[in-house]
Formats: sequence, structure tokens, C-alpha cells
Amino acid sequence: MLRKLSVIAAVAGLLTAGAAGPALAAHGALPAKEVHWSFDGPFGKFDQAQLQRGYKVYREVCSACHSMNLVSFRNLGDKGGPFYDKKYPNSNDNPYVKAIAKDYEVADIDNETGDTIKRPATPADRFPSPFPNEAAARASNGGALPPDMSLLAKAREEGPNHIYSIITGYAAPPPGLKMDATQHYNQYMAGDLSSYWSGDHKHVPPGGFIAMAPPIKAGQVTFDDGTPSTLDQEAKDVAAFLMWAAEPKLEERKQTGFAVLIYLVLFAGLLYASYRKVWKNESH
Amino acid sequence: MSGHSTYEPKTGIERWLDARLPIVRLGYDSFVDYPTPRNLNYWWTFGAILSLCLASQLITGIILVMHYTPSADHAFASVEHIMRDVNYGWLIRYMHANGASMFFIAVYIHMLRGLYYGSYKAPREVLWLLGCVIYLLMMATAFMGYVLPWGQMSFHGAVVITNLFGALPLVGESITTWLWGGFAVDNPTLNRFFSLHYLLPFMIAGVVILHIWALHVVGQNNPTGVEPKSKADTVPFTPYATVKDAFALSVFLILFAWFVFFMPNALGHADNYIPANPLVTPSHIVPEWYFLPFYAILRAVPDKLMGVLAMFGAIACLFALPWLDTSKVRSMRYRPTAKIHFFIFVVACCILGVCGAKLPDDQVIPGVTTFQLMASDLNSFVWLSRVAALYYFAFFLVILPVLGLTEKTLPVPDSIASPALSHPAAAPAEATAAPEMKG
Amino acid sequence: MAVAAGGAAAIAWPFIDQMNPSADTRALASIEFDVTKVPEGQQVVVKWRGKPLFVRNRTKAEIAKAVADDAASMKDPEKDADRVKPGKAQWLIVGGNCTHLGCVPTFGGGEYGGWFCPCHGSVYDTSGRIRKGPAPKNLVVPEYAFLSDTKVKIG
Repeated sequence: MLRKLSVIAAVAGLLTAGAAGPALAAHGALPAKEVHWSFDGPFGKFDQAQLQRGYKVYREVCSACHSMNLVSFRNLGDKGGPFYDKKYPNSNDNPYVKAIAKDYEVADIDNETGDTIKRPATPADRFPSPFPNEAAARASNGGALPPDMSLLAKAREEGPNHIYSIITGYAAPPPGLKMDATQHYNQYMAGDLSSYWSGDHKHVPPGGFIAMAPPIKAGQVTFDDGTPSTLDQEAKDVAAFLMWAAEPKLEERKQTGFAVLIYLVLFAGLLYASYRKVWKNESH
Repeated sequence: MSGHSTYEPKTGIERWLDARLPIVRLGYDSFVDYPTPRNLNYWWTFGAILSLCLASQLITGIILVMHYTPSADHAFASVEHIMRDVNYGWLIRYMHANGASMFFIAVYIHMLRGLYYGSYKAPREVLWLLGCVIYLLMMATAFMGYVLPWGQMSFHGAVVITNLFGALPLVGESITTWLWGGFAVDNPTLNRFFSLHYLLPFMIAGVVILHIWALHVVGQNNPTGVEPKSKADTVPFTPYATVKDAFALSVFLILFAWFVFFMPNALGHADNYIPANPLVTPSHIVPEWYFLPFYAILRAVPDKLMGVLAMFGAIACLFALPWLDTSKVRSMRYRPTAKIHFFIFVVACCILGVCGAKLPDDQVIPGVTTFQLMASDLNSFVWLSRVAALYYFAFFLVILPVLGLTEKTLPVPDSIASPALSHPAAAPAEATAAPEMKG
Repeated sequence: MAVAAGGAAAIAWPFIDQMNPSADTRALASIEFDVTKVPEGQQVVVKWRGKPLFVRNRTKAEIAKAVADDAASMKDPEKDADRVKPGKAQWLIVGGNCTHLGCVPTFGGGEYGGWFCPCHGSVYDTSGRIRKGPAPKNLVVPEYAFLSDTKVKIG
């Protein structure tokens, strides 16, 4: 029976490998750097201090260009979130979250006059976008659209590893690479540089062009918990924060999964015992 | 349904109901007293597993519809609303999305089991055909369901698949416009796919009932392929088959739960977390894994119309199978040559699946350039898929028809019970079950 | 019998035809575009009937290359001059969907300098003609007319 199960597992594994294939087929970019995340593995959890640092990087750096449309301020105080506090099970009451929301202004309509107004945000509001619409965002960024960040960590193969690699993956373009001034060379960006490369055709440089200039420097953000703000640290923290933004229920999912699996394994054992008992006297 | 009913209503209410609608009798005869061949192995548990998959997809699907908005403007956001805000929405959506993959894993094993043990041969042709119909409906349902989140892969997958019909001469363009309800895949397309995605599962359920009905008319096949002859060959469905099915189900659920809780996005595509944008195509379009072999066949043929025909032909082969296999011996356990071809066939299908996920011009063996043949390098996935596709069709159209007439088969036992009884030392289930792996 | 069949066909038609484009969809069928927005050697992607449309301002070299290839062997032979309006050879206006399975080809890719489709590797030249790969036809030239020197009406 074990052999049968292993065959089933092998079939499943093969199919998974087939499906995962395209990830490896990305053009020319270096494979994303492997980072050890606190949320990896079946028992993974977000590191709250890291999420808080990551939020600070997002607030002070990324949010100037990148929206995060699907995330509300209240989410910051949800269980597993950066500012979760046991005292405030309803994140709308969390004073820290309220204070963060108040710093933002959101568009609204005055109930009495019908005029469009700006008012301070409440925890129930979504993060406002830095640009009023896509055209404005493109116009301010040399024609490129900064992607929305709410799902970024799930919308790229390798998710947080990819984000970390991009932030730390800028390099001086090798001589012989034609590029215009609005572009930047990044070894981890997907792309095919062969038509821009005047050197040896067998050794096209890895990576691609990215419209975003290197977004952050070492020491640009001062972390409140005293962690030294190296580029590496900043990149890791914001990648972890974005993973949380993309999959806020990750902790709940993994914890539930653990309980479900224990139950299923016990249940399967019990059923196997009854199976043996029922078939004991039947040759087959 | 077959044979004499042994149901005896015990209470007054049961007798009253039995005289008016013998539904309890039907259930009793089909799932309790029903004689099951005693030598069924674990490959026979996938019928029960598939029933659970269908039930799970129906329940989670109906729940998701309570929160989903079928509109090009709101579909993506409403799925994220389910993931972030609806209580346990993440669980239900991940169950539904991964449930589709589990459904296909189970159905492929179920089909290969039928292929290996000759479960499509007389008198089970209709049973097999109904299974093929279910498979077709499943593919249509899965495809339309994948469009609903309206991400980049949803959108461009829909574009590619609907454009397949454009390959038809003369009427192609009118048909695609008709399918789209516009000049491109857009809101009307999403809405009609949603409508059909809700309808088709109930049609599947209907055909499943016919499938089970047909099964109970002709009886189950078994690993020897020899029909049960006496009571010694069978055991009652309950408790024997029930408990075995239940155990297999629980093991399957462990696999299912592992995907749902620990790698829920492993079988999907990252691009589908980007909202649909008609103006940009993802750099690498691939369908869900369960369509990859057919996708590889489509791309293996350089001509558009012929490619589409080959892809549909690959499915048509399944329908014709009962009349393509000429062998009188049902189970491949006693067909040594057919058995080898069966395993090559399985490998060919897996190779096609891998090819479907790769770019056609990628090299199979990196760094080796051979020569160009039909506009592609010989060392490319397009050529690998051509070879595998050729074997796929040869298996159905040449090997099975010819082999049935020429193959020297092994002696087939007189009855199910006889091989088991000839080893009275017989032993725990493990020992007897193990050799069946080869068989 | 024939009456019944005719009636059944008549009632079936509304149920089939409802899936065809509705009146409001058909109403959006034409747009106007100012071609001066496209710098030389570049293209602008316009959304038309829910699909991308390439408006390309071709350089002299690109036009010359396309015209020189008129005699080359092609899957779907067509002269470059037949794919643009007389006297307006620099403006190439073509549908932005690969004629294979509808993906959006990338600008400037492929060995003919036209477009390259990332899905199944079709290659188009600077006239939008299919030169290599599985696509059966050239990029479609939609119905359009110049209203003035700079304004074009598509559809």
C-alpha cells in the first residue's frame, strides 16, 4: 500500500513540477535570491517587528509612487498585522492605527453641500493612491506605471524573494548594452536584452530594464527599534511587509492547516484500523 | 439495481414509503447490499474520491457566488474581498481553486485505471462514454471558472481558447464574435462564462448519476477483468468497499489539505494576481496544469487549424477507445506487451504536460544546438512534444487495434476467487495487494 | 410537421442571437485619434473595440525595408502599399492582436523589426505581415480614413 501511495505522490509531484515549470523558464534574469523568511514553512509566522519596519519603508519610500488599493488602515491592526494589539480585538479601535490613518487625506463628498472635499482618513478607509488615475501615474513616471503593491508579493514568481532581489539587484550596466536614460539595468528583472546587446551573442547579460530607479539607499529610513538600516535590511523588511499585505491571512491559514492535518492523520489511522478489521477474514 | 433486491423494510414508515417511492430500497441495493468484486485494489477507490470532489466543488462554489460579483469592473476586487474580508473566505476560495486541481488528479488516475484494466470493453462501453462526457464537461467548467477572477491569466487564457474557434474556415470569425458577445473578450464574455460555470457542475452531477446507474447495470470491473461468477467472487458493498473507500478518501484529503493550507498558490500562476489588462499579454501564457498535454499537442502542429483539430482529436480518441481496442482479454495484467505500451503512454502524457509548460523553442538539453527541421531546432520542446503527441495518437489508433490481434496473452484465471484461493497461505492484505502494483 | 419545425427554429434564433454583440457594444465601434501623438519610430497602443490597436509612425528605413520585402515569399502575401493610405506611408495602423491566438505582440521584437508575439513566437515585419511562426495571417488593417492630415477615424 505504501508503494501505491508513493506512486500517487510521485504522480502528483510530477504534475506539480510540470506546473511550476514556467517559473524556471523566465527569460534571462538571474534566479531570485533565496531569503530565509519567518513566514516560511508550515509553522511560519510574520515577525511583527519586521512588519513594522517594513511598513515604515513603504510609508516613507514606496508609497510616493506605488498605490496599495486593496489594503485598509484597519488591516494594520488585524491579527497577524504589523500593529496588532491584543487589547484591541477590533482593529478600528486601535489608537495606533487611528493615528496612522489620520495622517492621510482621502477624497469625499460633503453631505450638505455636495462639494468634493478632503478629510482625514479613518481606519475603515483604504490606503489612498498617490496618483488620481493611471494616466497621471504614467505621466509622472516617464510613461511607466508603478504597479499596485497590495498583491505584488503574490503576483510575481518567487514573491518576496523577487522583491528583495529587485531592490538589491541594481548593477552598473555592462559596457556594450544600449539603453536610454529613463531605463535602469537590473539583473533580476525579467526581460530579454539580446537586441540591446552589442557584445558577444553567447553572453547576453542577465536581467532586463526596469523603469524604476534604485528606490532606496542604505540609511534612508530610520528604524524605531534601533535595527541598523542597511539596504539589505530595508529590502528584506519591505518584502516581508508586502507579503503580509498580499496574504494577510497567512498565519491563520497555516495554524488552521496544522490542526486540520493532525485531525486527518488520526482519522485516516482510525479508518485504516477499521479497514483491516473488516477485511480480516476475507481473502482478496 | 441488478439482480434481486434483498431489502426488507422493518418499520411501518419504511413499508409505507417503500410502497410509494422505493428510494430507500434503491440506496440499499446500490450502496449496501450491492455485490462488489472482492479483489478491487486502491485504484478502484477514486470513484468515491471523485464524488467527494464534486460535492466539495459544488458547496464551495455556491458559497463563493454569495460574495462574488460577475463584472469586468468588480470581479477581481470581489475575489480579493473574499480573500481578505469574508469570514473564512480565504479557506473557501483556496478549497475551490485547489479542489479543481485535486478533481483532475483524481479523474486522470480514474481514467488511467479504466484504461489499464480494460473497463471500457463490452459491456461497459456506455459507462466509459458517460465518463468521457463528464471529463469534457469538467474541462469546460474548469476553463470558465478560471476566467472568473479576471486576472491576467484568466483574461488571456480566455482570449487564446476562444480564438481556437477562429481557426474554423468561413464561420470562425462569426463564432468567436458570438462567443465573446462583442469584438473582444470583455464584460459580456465574463458574464456568460459565469452563468455557464454555475450551470455545468449540475449537468456533471446529472451525468454522474447516469454513470453510476450504468455501473450498477453492468457491475464493476476488477483487476483480473474476469466477471464475477459466484458469491465467492464478491463481497457486499457495505462494509467492505465502504470502509476501503473511506480510508482512501481520508488519505486523499490529507493531500488536498496540504495544498490548501501550505501551498495554496503552487498550482496557479502568479500573473493571475494582476488584474486583467487587454493591452498587455503576460510574457508566458500557459493554461492550468491539467490542460497542458492538450496545449502541447496544439502547439506541436505548425498549422493553426490542424493544431486545433489535433487537440480535439486527442479527446475524440478517448470516445472511440471501446471500438479501437480489439483485444479479447480485458485486463492488461494478462497482456504483457500492452502493459509496456500503457506505461510508455503514461510517460508520453507526462512529457506532453511538461512540454505544454515550456516555451516551444526552449532547448530540452541546454546548450546543445542541432539542426533545423520544420522551422524548429530538433533539440526543442516543440519537437519533444511532436514525438510524444505522435505516440499518443499511435497508442490509440495503431497500437491498441493491432496489438489486440497479434499479442500473445498470459493465461486468464477462471474466476476472481481462484487465484486468491490457490494460495491458501494467503496473507495479510499488504502481501497480496503489493504485486498488483505491477498489475 | 414543417410548421412545427419552422416554429422551433424561429424561437431558437432569439436564444442564439442574444449572445451576439449588443446594441451598446456595437455603438462603440469607431474612434478618432490624433496621429501627431506618435513620435517617429514609435507606436502608440489605442484601445478600440476592447482590443489593442497599434498606431505606428514608421521611419524611412522601416518603410524602405517593408517595400523591399514585397517580393519575398510570405504566408499571406500583400504589398506594403496596400496596407497604408496613399501618401501616408509612415502611418501604419494595424490590430494589436496576433492572428494566431490573439496575444498582444511586443513592439520592435523579432528579426524583421516589426513585432514579436510572446505566446507562440510569431514574427511580423515593419508592415505587420506575418513572416515566421504559427500565425496564419498578417496583422489586420482595420477600416479607417484620414479626416485631416493629423486626425484619423478608425472603424
